[in-house]
Amino acid sequence: MIKLVGLIPLFPLIGFLINGFFGKKLSKSLSGFIACSAILASFILSVVIFIEARHLPEHSQIVNLFSWISAGTLNIPFEFVVDPLSTWFLLIITGIGFLIHVYSTSYMHNDEGFSRFFTYLNLFVFFMLLLVLGNNFLIMFVGWEGVGLCSYLLIGFWFKNTEYNNAARKAFIMNRIGDLGFLLGILLIFVTFGSTSFDQVFSKAGTAEQGTITAIALLLFIGAMGKSAQIPLYTWLPDAMAGPTPVSALIHAATMVTAGIYMITRANVFYSISETASAVVAVVGVATALFAATIGLFQNDIKKILAYSTVSQLGLMFLGLGVGAYSSSVFHVTTHAFFKALLFLGAGSVIHAMGGEQDVRKMGGLKKALPITFITMLLGTIAISGVPGFSGFFSKDEILAHTYEHSPTLWFFGMLTSMLTAFYMFRLMFLTFWGGFRGTKEQHHHLHESPKAMTFPLIVLAILSVLGGVIGLPHFWGFHNFIGDHLEPLILRKNPSTLPHDTEWMLMGIASVAALAVIYVAYIIYRQRNIIPLNENDKMPALQKTIYHKYYVDEIYDAIVRKPLDAISTMFYKFVDKQIIDGIVEGVGSSVKGIGSVVRLAQQGDISFYIITMMLGVIGILLFTFLL
Amino acid sequence: MINGISINYYILLSAILFIIGSIGVMARRNSIIIFMCIELMLNAVNLLLVAFSTLHNDAKGQVFVFFIMAVAAAEVAVGLAILSMIYRNIKSIDTHLLSNLKN
Repeated sequence: MIKLVGLIPLFPLIGFLINGFFGKKLSKSLSGFIACSAILASFILSVVIFIEARHLPEHSQIVNLFSWISAGTLNIPFEFVVDPLSTWFLLIITGIGFLIHVYSTSYMHNDEGFSRFFTYLNLFVFFMLLLVLGNNFLIMFVGWEGVGLCSYLLIGFWFKNTEYNNAARKAFIMNRIGDLGFLLGILLIFVTFGSTSFDQVFSKAGTAEQGTITAIALLLFIGAMGKSAQIPLYTWLPDAMAGPTPVSALIHAATMVTAGIYMITRANVFYSISETASAVVAVVGVATALFAATIGLFQNDIKKILAYSTVSQLGLMFLGLGVGAYSSSVFHVTTHAFFKALLFLGAGSVIHAMGGEQDVRKMGGLKKALPITFITMLLGTIAISGVPGFSGFFSKDEILAHTYEHSPTLWFFGMLTSMLTAFYMFRLMFLTFWGGFRGTKEQHHHLHESPKAMTFPLIVLAILSVLGGVIGLPHFWGFHNFIGDHLEPLILRKNPSTLPHDTEWMLMGIASVAALAVIYVAYIIYRQRNIIPLNENDKMPALQKTIYHKYYVDEIYDAIVRKPLDAISTMFYKFVDKQIIDGIVEGVGSSVKGIGSVVRLAQQGDISFYIITMMLGVIGILLFTFLL
Repeated sequence: MINGISINYYILLSAILFIIGSIGVMARRNSIIIFMCIELMLNAVNLLLVAFSTLHNDAKGQVFVFFIMAVAAAEVAVGLAILSMIYRNIKSIDTHLLSNLKN
């Protein structure tokens, strides 16, 4: 069956082609059915291959599909790799992808671009599968660019709105900056090792110079910064909420943004060799985590809060990668995919019920009207907040424990992020589901639970969010850490925890108490005192105002990047383009015209004059030929 | 040479005919005269070709002349047709009247 791995991305591609070419002629239900069944087929095959791949003697198998680029000594085959890491991601992508497809059939039902939406969604899954399955950096890059493209298409899905289009462009440009780093990294890998295939590159990694490895690792990390929204390239992700909510769930929470984590885990050999690069990853990760978490505290758009939470959680994952806890990061990717997809879909359900309203200040008391959404979202929130027993608790704890071992300072900031996460997530819950309704009467009348196609994925994801922790129960509890063992063959630098058990217990205890305490604080502020966040124009303390405006990062980028670029462009336009280039072009034209007006005088229309001229010319040529 | 006439005379005659033709083309205004002068120039060349062909005992020159005559015949047909069309349009065949290109 492993030989059939090529079929996994093929199904979404077929779905994409059918919906892309015939979508307008198909009925909505058929179009949705094709898209969903394509992903379901991929998911089933992924499960089969996942189980089979666990019994591979070498842990990984390369499936050669065809020779892709072959020119001289350059030979790049189109190969897929089936190993613990790629099959794990296959399950996440196709599994969560399927649930979100099902959800979308209902969420997007009244949209005129229904089949277009599923076309993009299938194309996205195709590229994402290509990204994780490719056995060389080039195939990965194709998938990498492809998901960027789909992200652009889906953020700007409602293309009639200029603001949404701008958000789409912002995402694309930010991603492109990262992609350039990634591309340079690939080129450097090719120059250094003469190949881009994972197996060849990683086996030779020890032979290269330390400096080269650091450069490669940092360039690859720049790529990851773009795709996985890390400082300084994170600003696109919160704006990406312009797309339909299922897109936010699938792309901007569960799958695409984890591509950076996947890539660094895949290339962990480089980061294991280069301490510098690892340190950069860890510091950028923790900085992003803390920074985004503080912004999340004062946001009022339900999707923006979740977006900043995503950026913050991705930061935690990079912190894990930076301290060498690769399998813990992948574990957190998995649990995060469960609860963040759940939270986004739940938010979508709320927005659906509120008739498009996204401002939490205008919600409140929705728990009676939306019982299933409420319960599932509550479970997701508990999971992300790190309440003991839920999935997020285990994955976060693993990352933080490894961080503590590495550097207690980083652990402190990670812990702080975790507490902030619990706070703003419960703030979101209290404002949305408790208290009195603050919207309009019309909205109140309209409130309803979402249809089954939307609640079913919520329930499945809620179960996964609660129980997802079992795949990575801590070793020191005497459990078998499934995911850690699963990924072990791929990780070069083994990072067994050397912390004494009581330290681990202490860390876990601190995390649990902190999470519960912060939730209680949020309860007091937003439930007992019923504090509603201020409006834009109200007076706020300076710090809150700064955070509310996202530290003015967009404005700063605008001032230091866009404005100078604009000024230079204007200068070039006015001087180089208008004066020099236009001068040359127009000069050519007017000089031809000038010469023409002089030479034209010879054209008198008198035939005998022409003939005499011709004769003289012929005689001249003859004389020239014979006499000279 | 043919009947003892030297090649020089043929060249001379041919040159005279050619010069008469070219002067006619340059100096005259009547299109038909110009046309005849062109024919004169062509035939001057023909004469020269035939003369040299005989001199060198090589038939190639005469074959070439046949081609020239055939092409000249075709050219006359086209040329006269153009002239008659010009006459229909401006009721004259004076070349000086055909100066509409100017400006």
